[in-house]
Amino acid sequence: MRGFNGRMKTALLFGMAVAFLAAVTLAGMVFSEEALLTDFSRKNLGPGIPYLFGTDWLGRDMFLRTLTGLSVSIRIGLLAAGVSSVLALLLGVAAATMGKLADSVITWIIDLVMGIPHILLLILIAYACGKGFKGVVIGVALTHWTSLARLIRGEVLQLKEALYIKTARKLGVSSFEIAWKHMLPHLFPQFLVGLILTFPHAILHEASITFLGFGLPPEQPAIGIILSESMKYLAMGRWWLALFPGLLLVLTVVLFDVAGESLRRLLDPGSAHK
Amino acid sequence: MKEYVVFIGKHTVRMLLLLFFVSAVAFTLVSISPIDPLQANVGQAALGSMSQEQIAKLKDYWGVGQPPVERFLHWAGDFFRGDMGVSLLYRQPVAKVIGVRLSNSLWLMAIAWILSGLAGFVLGILSGLREGSFLDRIIKGYSLLIASTPAFWLALVLLMIFAVWLKVLPIGLSVPIGVETEGVTFADRIQHAILPAVTLSITGIANITLHTREKMIEIMESDYVLFAKARGESTWDIVKNHALRNVLLPAITLQFASISEIFGGSVLVEQTFSYPGLGQAAVTAGLGSDVPLLLGITVISAAFVFGGNLIANVLYGIIDPRIRRGGAKV
Repeated sequence: MRGFNGRMKTALLFGMAVAFLAAVTLAGMVFSEEALLTDFSRKNLGPGIPYLFGTDWLGRDMFLRTLTGLSVSIRIGLLAAGVSSVLALLLGVAAATMGKLADSVITWIIDLVMGIPHILLLILIAYACGKGFKGVVIGVALTHWTSLARLIRGEVLQLKEALYIKTARKLGVSSFEIAWKHMLPHLFPQFLVGLILTFPHAILHEASITFLGFGLPPEQPAIGIILSESMKYLAMGRWWLALFPGLLLVLTVVLFDVAGESLRRLLDPGSAHK
Repeated sequence: MKEYVVFIGKHTVRMLLLLFFVSAVAFTLVSISPIDPLQANVGQAALGSMSQEQIAKLKDYWGVGQPPVERFLHWAGDFFRGDMGVSLLYRQPVAKVIGVRLSNSLWLMAIAWILSGLAGFVLGILSGLREGSFLDRIIKGYSLLIASTPAFWLALVLLMIFAVWLKVLPIGLSVPIGVETEGVTFADRIQHAILPAVTLSITGIANITLHTREKMIEIMESDYVLFAKARGESTWDIVKNHALRNVLLPAITLQFASISEIFGGSVLVEQTFSYPGLGQAAVTAGLGSDVPLLLGITVISAAFVFGGNLIANVLYGIIDPRIRRGGAKV
């Protein structure tokens, strides 16, 4: 790594994390058929070659099943994080700019959503949607915007008091132009980092709610399903059914975190010299 | 003093209002569910063999076909009078089910809450004291890793190590199997609570550690610490005299605000260990369409969360002299 400065290293880290996540997503989509393949001649094999993560009681390749499950999780996370962060941006800006009433209503909603323990709220939403795929996506998408909305609201409130915004206003620049030209460029990095840092939460919550039995249906190769099924076989010593899928899940979440953090450092002008 | 009363009163009213809205939202959510509690619990085959009269009776029992607003007002009115309804799965008053479950969960959560708070606070201070040191890297790496680990998977791994492989701890439940209630000793209860409590504690540490660390780094870069160093104060003196007070406040606030996460974590952990606590009851209620129980648990846990926030706000006012002088602000 000699010859690289800190910024280049960070950029490299970001690139590698994104590349790995993209590879997992694509691989999971490509192998989704093979992941469901049952073959009783190879059931209950421990980890090794050619089945890296071993096989389960139906002879399914756990490595492929895990990849497919993660791929589903990442895609749900993508959708949910996208919806959540756009919601956060809209509500955050609305709270800060549309007057006192809008502000109190929106902060009230934030308090309300944050007041129900997250998992419980997900259970309730999943229940409202009749469980299954739809419930998970709606639940995860509608519950992850609160902290980012708070952040953006605070940021806009601060911006409104900034000298250059006040100057622009006195010079007769329209509100829309101020928002578009002066505020948005400032908010965008925060928004982008917030978007990426929402992924880990979204993925973990999707896995959790599926694990509890409110999420994806059992025939889906989801990571939560894999782990909840593995519980029945733990006492028999089939540790690989739970260990490797979980490890890969943790790795995925860590990499999203790494991607978000390195992007934050790259976008922060204060660390440009590092 | 008068300001305090007003401050606490205002927050309490706000909290009660929020609770009412929480129950309304929760009720709306369960009302729009397409899940038919009869299908979920009785089954299509059994329904087919029943007479219309029996089905009507069952429908009445599970509350099918009544208008939701009427049901909500009815439910909220009863709730206000202290009657939370009857759990459909356990066939006991919801208040009783929640009471038993909560007492199982509460000390589990309390232990985890205190342990993770203390450990996270100490680790955060150690880590932030020398940013970039070997110890800091280890603690930060550990926290980030734990923050990315789902609680239920950690529970599974601990189960595999301590219950299946080493066989030193039981695999689940809160009491030994096949022993009567009177025969259960305190030691048994402790033994069955170790793994869930440890799992909850480990997952709770990450957040508080990272926040304390950030705050600590900020303090170590401040002018007053630089001046203290110049005066020749030792590291311990600096921590004791300057850092501790400044770090303690955000840490306490954060810890009280984290009650929601402990509740969420306990749902996953209890389900994994089949520990008969509130979290497991929530899952059972949700899967079995036991609407009164699910609503009761939601409102009770929201009350805990809001209570935690209220305490955090009040403590903030008591501990921080700046806020005290400036009048308690919301």
